[in-house]
Amino acid sequence: MNFAVLVFPGSNCDIDCYNAVEDTVGQSVDYVWHTAADLSKYDCIILPGGFSYGDYLRSGAISRFAPVMNEVVKAAEQGKYIIGICNGFQILLESGLLPGAMRRNNTVKFRCHHSNLKVQNNTNPFTQEYKLGEVIDIPIAHMEGNYYCDENTLASLKENNQIVFTYEGDNPNGSVADIAGICNEKGNVLGMMPHPERAVHDILGSADGKKMFTSVLSAWREKNGVAIG
Amino acid sequence: MIKATVYVTIKESVLDPQGNTVQGALHSMGFQEVNNVRIGKYMELTLDTTDKTEAEQRITEMCEKLLANTVIEDYRFELN
Repeated sequence: MNFAVLVFPGSNCDIDCYNAVEDTVGQSVDYVWHTAADLSKYDCIILPGGFSYGDYLRSGAISRFAPVMNEVVKAAEQGKYIIGICNGFQILLESGLLPGAMRRNNTVKFRCHHSNLKVQNNTNPFTQEYKLGEVIDIPIAHMEGNYYCDENTLASLKENNQIVFTYEGDNPNGSVADIAGICNEKGNVLGMMPHPERAVHDILGSADGKKMFTSVLSAWREKNGVAIG
Repeated sequence: MIKATVYVTIKESVLDPQGNTVQGALHSMGFQEVNNVRIGKYMELTLDTTDKTEAEQRITEMCEKLLANTVIEDYRFELN
């Protein structure tokens, strides 16, 4: 399986994502610059966290027009696995691949700490190895994670089982319906504010994020009918 | 040359955490009359055109595509 970690000017979780892929599933992984015009080689595309284009105007607003994003849209249509983490989630929202928008945290503070998430959907390629309702410990680090969508969008997210993670206990940012992560209708595009790539080993404080990487590898193997790849 | 002034504000139906915080600060400073604060963005664009109709159309497109996120923001502009 081939993973791509996209790198925008100002991405700063790209190395963590790259290492997380190597350490959790040991598959091929490349850094792919924001100007790339071909992603056809990749089965899973990771949009990492950071402050792409300095978060100028709005988080993710400028990155969504980077040349590579045309390829991400194509890959999404082809059913490839795409995950946006933190700033990557913001870019997916700005690009319209996922519904809704981000507001500043209701605390108006940058929140950087562990958070408990409840797995609300374990039929997604990225979450199939979790149990439904399982509470996992994944750290957050963001200023703009206060997810917003209107009531109709929220109703359709619920109806289509697109809410993947919610904050359990303390909601650190005021997001609608305690949303921490959502997917598109097909389920192949997922966005989340918490950082699973920072929770792949006990020495990091939690290894609960590891299953996101092993899940997507399993999903890819099932889809492609390969025992090892 | 046409100068466009663009204002982007958070929709009335959407909570503005920054505005609320600034309102709280103004209250604690004694400005009790402040009933509501909304924070937005102000942008100045200079356009290489003299055609106002065209400018209006182009600025609208810029707002829709980039300058505002219409999920949570409203925009308006003036051309001079």
